Amino acid sequence: MTELSIQNGDPRKVWARLGDVPAALYLLVILFVGLSVASPYFLTQANLINIVLQASVVLIISLGMTLIIITEGIDLSLGPVLSFAGVVFGAALVAGWSFPVAMIAGIVAAMLIGGLNGYLIAYHDLQPFIVTLGTFGLAMSFAMSISGGESISGLPSGVQWFNDGHILGLPFPIWATAALFLLTHILLKHTRFGRYVYAIGGNRKALQLAGVRVNLWQTSIYVYAAALAGFASFIMTARTNAAHPTVGMGLEFDAIAAAVLGGASFSGGKGTLFGAAAGALAVATLRNGLNLMNVAAEWQSAAVGVVIIAAVAGDAIRGRT
Amino acid sequence: MTVANSQETMPAKAPLSENVTWLLSRMTALATLIVALSFASPYFFQTGNFVNILKQASFQFLMSSGLTIVVLTAGIDLSIGAVLGLAACVGASFLANGQIFYGVGSALLVGFTCGLVNGSLIAYLRIPSFIATYGMLWIAVGLSFVFMDGQVIYGFPESFRVMGSGFIGPIPTPILIAAILLIIMVITLNHTKLGRTLYAIGGNRNAARLSGMPVKFWEMMAYGISGLLAGFAGLVIIARTGAVDAGVGNDLLLPTIAAVVLGGTSLMGGRGGIVGTAIGALILAIILNGMNLLGVDTYWQIGVLGSVTVLAVLADDKISKHIDMRG
Repeated sequence: MTELSIQNGDPRKVWARLGDVPAALYLLVILFVGLSVASPYFLTQANLINIVLQASVVLIISLGMTLIIITEGIDLSLGPVLSFAGVVFGAALVAGWSFPVAMIAGIVAAMLIGGLNGYLIAYHDLQPFIVTLGTFGLAMSFAMSISGGESISGLPSGVQWFNDGHILGLPFPIWATAALFLLTHILLKHTRFGRYVYAIGGNRKALQLAGVRVNLWQTSIYVYAAALAGFASFIMTARTNAAHPTVGMGLEFDAIAAAVLGGASFSGGKGTLFGAAAGALAVATLRNGLNLMNVAAEWQSAAVGVVIIAAVAGDAIRGRT
Repeated sequence: MTVANSQETMPAKAPLSENVTWLLSRMTALATLIVALSFASPYFFQTGNFVNILKQASFQFLMSSGLTIVVLTAGIDLSIGAVLGLAACVGASFLANGQIFYGVGSALLVGFTCGLVNGSLIAYLRIPSFIATYGMLWIAVGLSFVFMDGQVIYGFPESFRVMGSGFIGPIPTPILIAAILLIIMVITLNHTKLGRTLYAIGGNRNAARLSGMPVKFWEMMAYGISGLLAGFAGLVIIARTGAVDAGVGNDLLLPTIAAVVLGGTSLMGGRGGIVGTAIGALILAIILNGMNLLGVDTYWQIGVLGSVTVLAVLADDKISKHIDMRG
């Protein structure tokens, strides 16, 4: 890491883009060709829509994760944060709260954890991985104690409706994911928030000297990522028609894989949302393909682990030359 | 982020006043916990319970000792619980057939190998330690599940189980093992060239490199030793429980890190030490024991572990900044 020369984090650098996006795209192409040959079920419309559906939750989380990684951070708590938000949402619905209010409750729950993350990381200068590992435990405990460790079922029929509904042949969750992608894209490319995300990763000191309230902006990045995880929890809850306290287990891992495959770099200032989206699709395709070949879920995680290390190693080697 | 600001010259050992502040804060924490729990539960202040706590702390220390070395080099090993699990599973497959030598050897070898893979990725490819070991975490979890195929392995030889559940004289074996390991590590870290090198890698990497220390090699070895000790801890744990399944290492990561940071070893590297980790393991064991005695829902354990970890890091950060400012 120290060997990498960090320039001013300009996202428009052509070489950065050329160097960044391919890892995910290469993997996608390889997987598509390989799986089309290996399984007759792979290249069917139902399975492809299924892959995108599977990818949607990870994709949404990976958007926030990418922003955080651009700032040289990491958020290991996003999986449990998703569980926590989902359980709050489910419990609120069962308690008879209306949909919008229950959703707000879930999002606020997620944002509180995100705020705690950001506050400790930005204002107290603690390492992101240790802070978010701590809040990982906290969010998990909250989710477990609210739900009593069990699935919250018996949700109103509207939840199922959201999962089953279609517009133009595509399920609602895919449209929701596209909307969140667009929102994050606009935030990143066309607002002060986005410029500061890159600047915090590229040159935090300069930003501070320019009189920007860096700590506040950095905190808001963690809050936004947690809010996205909260939104993703609605899709997750709708898919299973229940809120389960450990449903988010390991999702942060897939999201990190997606962001890293998409070219986000831990040396800061680098990363794109398109890359993360391609990365999420690649991870989902990988898991889907291994599923089709009857490979156990834990073995799939091992494969994703190898992919993460390979992608980061590739990035490290490229950065050195 | 794994590498502290390299231009800064940090002392290899913390200044005296920091050591004193640290010791005071830990003793206060210990005393407060013991007094509070003695009042809160009639079962706490009893010899039997203290032996339990010491035993629990010993297991915790075995798990956290290797991580301490890694943290001293300004790294982190998130794979420690998963590697412990994998090593225990592989070792158990031999032990169940009565092959103690191969069982112990294979567990240690698996731990060491995983650690070396981590270490080479981190030292030579310069991958941030938290991401390399995070990948290894899931690889080890996957391998454990494939290896075990949903089975539980049990029925180890009695001579092996002594390690985790036996006594030598009046003392439970795990306490003795932890004590011996503590002494070996105190000597290694404080009185050998290897110890100085490890402190120097974390404290002032550039100076270490310039003074001709083989920084990369020993940084890699730190993870190797961490993996080896994780494998060893795995053996002691299955010697206690007498059975193992693929999930044995699942919830061990957070307490393992908690004990190290409670022990005051700085995540920035170069500061702290193994005695701290022993005290951290003791504090942690008392907290968990207290929660059990008070009937706190087990759901809260992981949350308390997480909070304690962050609070310890936060407190030490404040203390060291305060002392740095006074000069």
